[in-house]
Amino acid sequence: MGQWVSITVNGKNYTREVEPRTLLASFLREDLGLTGTNIGCDSSQCGACTIHMDGMAVKSCTVLAVQAHGTVITTIEGMAVNGKLHPVQQAFWDQHGLQCGFCTPGMIMSISYMLAQHPNASELEIRHQLEGNICRCTGYQNIVKAAMQARDELHHEHHQHMQEQH
Amino acid sequence: MAKLVGQPIKRVEDPRFIQGRGGYVTNITLPGMASVAIKRSPVAHARIVSIDASKAEALNGVIAVFTGKDLIDGGTGKLPCGWNVPNIKVPDRWAIQPVGDKVRHVGDAVAAVVAESPYIAQDALDLIEVQYEELPAVIGAKSAASNKTLVHDSVADNITYTWPLGDHAAVEQALAESDTVVTLDLTNQRLIPNAMETRAAVAQWNRYTEEMTLWTTSQNPHPIRLLLSAFTLGIPENKLRVISPDVGGGFGSKIFHYPEEIIVPWIARKIDRPCKWVATRSEASVTDSQGRDHVSTAKLGLKNDGTITGLFVETHADMGAYISTFAPLIPTAFYVCLLSGLYKIPSIYCNVVATMTNTVPVDAYRGAGRPEAAYLVERLMDLACRKLKMDPIAFRRHNFIKPSEFPYQTPVAMMYDSGNYDGLFDKAIASSGYHELIAKRDQARKEGKIAGVGIAGCIEASGPAPSKVAGALGSAVGFWESAVIRMHPTGKATLFTGAHSHGQGHETAFAQIISDELGIPMADVEVVHGDTGKVPFGMGTYGSRSLSVGGSAIVKAAEKVRTKMIKIAAHQLEAAVEDIVFDQSTGKAYVKGSPAKSKGTFDMTFAAYTAHNLPDGLEPGLEENSFYDPANFTFPNSCHIAYVEIDSGTGRVDLQQYCAVDDVGNVVNPMIVEGQITGGIAQGIGQALYEYGAYDSDGQPQSATFMDYAMPRADCFPMIHTDRTVTPSPHNPLGVKGAGEMGTIAATVTAANAVMDALAPMNISHLDMPLTPEKIWSAINKK
Amino acid sequence: MYPAPFEYYRAETAQEATELLSKHVGAKILAGGHSLVPAMKYRVAAPSALVDIGRLNLNYITAAEGVLKIGALSTHATVASSDVVKHNCAIIAQGAAGIGDQMVRNRGTIGGSLAHSDPQADYPTLVTCVGATIKTSSGKSYNADTFFKDMLTTALEENDIITEITMPVYGSGTGGFYYKIPHPASGYAVAGAAALVTVEAGICKRVSLVVGGATVNPVRAVEAEAYLVGKAPTSENIKAAAAMVAQVIKNPMGDGYASGAYRTHLAGVASERTLVEAVHRAA
Ligand SMILES: Cc1cc2nc3c(=O)[nH]c(=O)nc-3n(C[C@H](O)[C@H](O)[C@H](O)COP(=O)(O)OP(=O)(O)OC[C@H]3O[C@@H](n4cnc5c(N)ncnc54)[C@H](O)[C@@H]3O)c2cc1C
Ligand code: FES
Ligand code: FES
Repeated sequence: MGQWVSITVNGKNYTREVEPRTLLASFLREDLGLTGTNIGCDSSQCGACTIHMDGMAVKSCTVLAVQAHGTVITTIEGMAVNGKLHPVQQAFWDQHGLQCGFCTPGMIMSISYMLAQHPNASELEIRHQLEGNICRCTGYQNIVKAAMQARDELHHEHHQHMQEQH
Repeated sequence: MAKLVGQPIKRVEDPRFIQGRGGYVTNITLPGMASVAIKRSPVAHARIVSIDASKAEALNGVIAVFTGKDLIDGGTGKLPCGWNVPNIKVPDRWAIQPVGDKVRHVGDAVAAVVAESPYIAQDALDLIEVQYEELPAVIGAKSAASNKTLVHDSVADNITYTWPLGDHAAVEQALAESDTVVTLDLTNQRLIPNAMETRAAVAQWNRYTEEMTLWTTSQNPHPIRLLLSAFTLGIPENKLRVISPDVGGGFGSKIFHYPEEIIVPWIARKIDRPCKWVATRSEASVTDSQGRDHVSTAKLGLKNDGTITGLFVETHADMGAYISTFAPLIPTAFYVCLLSGLYKIPSIYCNVVATMTNTVPVDAYRGAGRPEAAYLVERLMDLACRKLKMDPIAFRRHNFIKPSEFPYQTPVAMMYDSGNYDGLFDKAIASSGYHELIAKRDQARKEGKIAGVGIAGCIEASGPAPSKVAGALGSAVGFWESAVIRMHPTGKATLFTGAHSHGQGHETAFAQIISDELGIPMADVEVVHGDTGKVPFGMGTYGSRSLSVGGSAIVKAAEKVRTKMIKIAAHQLEAAVEDIVFDQSTGKAYVKGSPAKSKGTFDMTFAAYTAHNLPDGLEPGLEENSFYDPANFTFPNSCHIAYVEIDSGTGRVDLQQYCAVDDVGNVVNPMIVEGQITGGIAQGIGQALYEYGAYDSDGQPQSATFMDYAMPRADCFPMIHTDRTVTPSPHNPLGVKGAGEMGTIAATVTAANAVMDALAPMNISHLDMPLTPEKIWSAINKK
Repeated sequence: MYPAPFEYYRAETAQEATELLSKHVGAKILAGGHSLVPAMKYRVAAPSALVDIGRLNLNYITAAEGVLKIGALSTHATVASSDVVKHNCAIIAQGAAGIGDQMVRNRGTIGGSLAHSDPQADYPTLVTCVGATIKTSSGKSYNADTFFKDMLTTALEENDIITEITMPVYGSGTGGFYYKIPHPASGYAVAGAAALVTVEAGICKRVSLVVGGATVNPVRAVEAEAYLVGKAPTSENIKAAAAMVAQVIKNPMGDGYASGAYRTHLAGVASERTLVEAVHRAA
């Protein structure tokens, strides 16, 4: 009773037969071995499983793998490019934005999406937009600082990019 | 090389976590691995009449279903208690309750399924039919003692132990002679720790060597191996390897020995296949040991000038359905012994009555006993100020233990090492702009707002010690820590530590220490922890002990390494050992006065391994260990200040400002310490304002999912301002104190005091936590 | 937590979806899955089959001739960020922006939310307030005011698919606002109030006030609406109107976090605050 899905994950296409009930999070973790996407709850609340699907942050524990057929997915494993950390990853490191690291992949995926949507997000907006991600270790303080550092860094990159184009 | 201790070095463990390469137990996949799932009781109290697993066993992909009897017949033992207070009654607890016995809380295990996939395992759970004969549930820490229903037949009156401490008669007399007595009845509510990684276990049986490897989400793999070997699994320690790799948070809940650590390896050996179990969040909510749950009455005697004369406390502590591994320690030595706070209290008496109920077992949760003590003491201090119409700071200062009075013996067994509480408060008042906050509050009140400023001064005892005293108090384990430093021939070092990191950054902080001690770059230091196959022994991480105890062991082991290196250098330089200078900033050894002619780390380590040219009598190799047993706890202390405003329409608390000044002694990595403090504060505020692991009268948990159990989110906080005072601990070579729990201990009562200050103009003197909007709104409106 | 096994069918057209649904007894519609999948993981829902309508061409937003049309598969994020919605029926965009969190908004759909009819959901309150019409693949049209029937129950017939939600547009002179008091854990509304107020020459001409969260379905605060019409939107009048909201709250739901009495009170608080803001936006 399998169903074929074809999904591009971190630039690579995978075609697999899955049981329809396979959650996208399990598909990534178990079928593809991409264990960076964590599972922290069963009520879709914690955000540890956040990935990007067609450029949008989604909770992969609440999406069926079959629903993701034909989509392009980025997971935490695909964030660094040629060994260079994504600005949000770098900011988490610089600002001590993680302790146990379990919420971290979801946080990074959530924040990188948030900053794409709201490039000028204030501290308050960042805190508010993080409502779908729970961290039990950090008290969020350094996560918010990391988001602010990444926001500024992305601005900087954006400006440089614009200058290069002119 | 500049000294690294004291520097905010970025964490060396982070690159793997930020790139999704955290090595959590749940990520382990082994060839041929089967999935284990546990059938759990949906009722709080019932006799198990029968189990019919035939339908589950018939399901395609199910390998087997096991019941409690299978495990007992298969040689597993009862879960032991690791802290035996006098006259405690420890009831039987099996990994899976057998038919004929009872389930005693929602979530108690009744059967285990092993299947080809976690999906099939869950399907099978739905097919297992269990017949229960339901019994009334025993709920409520205090009322349990008068409940006719017994959770365990072997525990009369549902009281597992009582623990009185102090001079009762002296306190009664002091209260009688006081000008005034302040009374407080309080409930310190049940909490669910909720580390973001749920518990998990993977077991692999090696049929050739008859060795078992268990990967488990534990804060202390060595004690778990010991308990498994000696009590529960019956595989000898030398044939059992327990590994706790990256662990996604613990906060105490992963200290204890859990049934699944027995079930999973037992099944793996039985079916001769690797097995994996990962708790769902719903399972975690009804099986991870929970925290707090006290019902207390307190009386504080006072003179009219504000002098405290005595303190009486009676506390009922809910232990839940079974005695978890260290449960009896928490409401006793970790709670009662802290009831003196920062104050000179001439006489203190506390009696703890520990009861059994049909709820999830209770054990240490971040702070463990100490937040309960701090909450009680600092709520009382505020009530005393109100009663005497004294300023909360002046009143506290009046009763502080003064710097000249250390070491200070409290009436509740603790001997405080050092502290400067006036200095601490001075700094907190300045850092927080306390007086401006008071002005802001008064202005807000004039504008009709409900505003409050909370202050609390708290003490913590961290790094439980020494082992001898712990033993006398009932501990089944020691409280020392081990470190082995292995110098490799090339001059690189591997540290094997018995402490365990589940977010605390040991790989960084410990490498900083070794780098400073031995003069080698941090990058040349590998920190190994959490593996009984690699680390000789260790006690793990809890009670904010890693740095003060584990770190001290590292310093001692490094000292031994240096001593041996100096011997080698002296021999190579043809000088006397006494004439050798070991420069810790470069790792070079030279003869006093001639630094130009020196031997580097490599020269000495390589020589140690070639052994071509070693002084007579010196063994080859370069590996040293230390088992460090501290002389005492350390006593971090703190002053936290919070400003809140309350929405009068909804009763919702808005935490607007928070300042924390902590004395955690010397600091190895201020960035990590600050992270620990702010993280701890978030959990403290969580208890004060949001969290409650409630049960209804049938013992049904009311907040067993993240849809119901409210943990703080990012928008619950302002930027928290942290600052420090430093009075080094005299008890350990690093002069450090614990930092992991102070935030939680202080924040709970600081936030509560702020809310109660806001409600003071309405003559509301006390509300129990969590201070939810409805509770506040009802109090304001006298509903 | 994993769902029980089921068969999966992906529909490309509404017609195909209808056929699949009628062919497979016990099948359920799958849209964004953000109510259904969690329920299936907890196994409180165990449909034998899912008909995935996620790829139907129902993801559109248009406004013409005074009517805003939102395709049923528009996600909360799409609605929240849509300029068309913001210009023509701003309250819907503002309310959608407060549903769940950014990840939930990227998957959950307006059609799914209305069909699911969760007592604590936001859309039912919002669409009732604006007087929306809910259209289905079988050609039926439901007035929002009578669409929500009970706890998780609507007027929708079995296997009928919500295709479009239409609502009258509003412009200057009318202001709308949705004030939500979220549960600290779930994020759903403990109480939520949606108001649409038309102010002409300093007098409230039309008032729509709907409260949700406290009862199984959203309720219209008819007395409060009637009280305000013809009056100036002063804070006293708004306060007095909000005080009448409690009258329409029958059998309020209560739980360990918020009792029925408290939710009833919150409905009033939310109403007052939302009216103040709606009036402000009408200016
Ligand atoms: C963590 C979390 C937080 C949330 N917070 C909120 C919140 O604050 N406020 C809020 O309002 N909601 C909230 N939601 C619910 C969310 O808005 C859901 O997306 C929405 O309720 C359902 O939409 P869906 O497209 O996901 O529907 P699905 O889950 O796919 O379906 C829901 C139900 O509707 C039926 N259905 C779906 N589409 C149609 C259709 N077009 N026609 C007929 N029947 C259909 C399905 O058969 C099913 O019974 C939250 C959800 C999660 C997971
Ligand atoms: S695991 Fe997906 S939200 Fe928690
Ligand atoms: S770092 Fe541990 S949960 Fe966020």
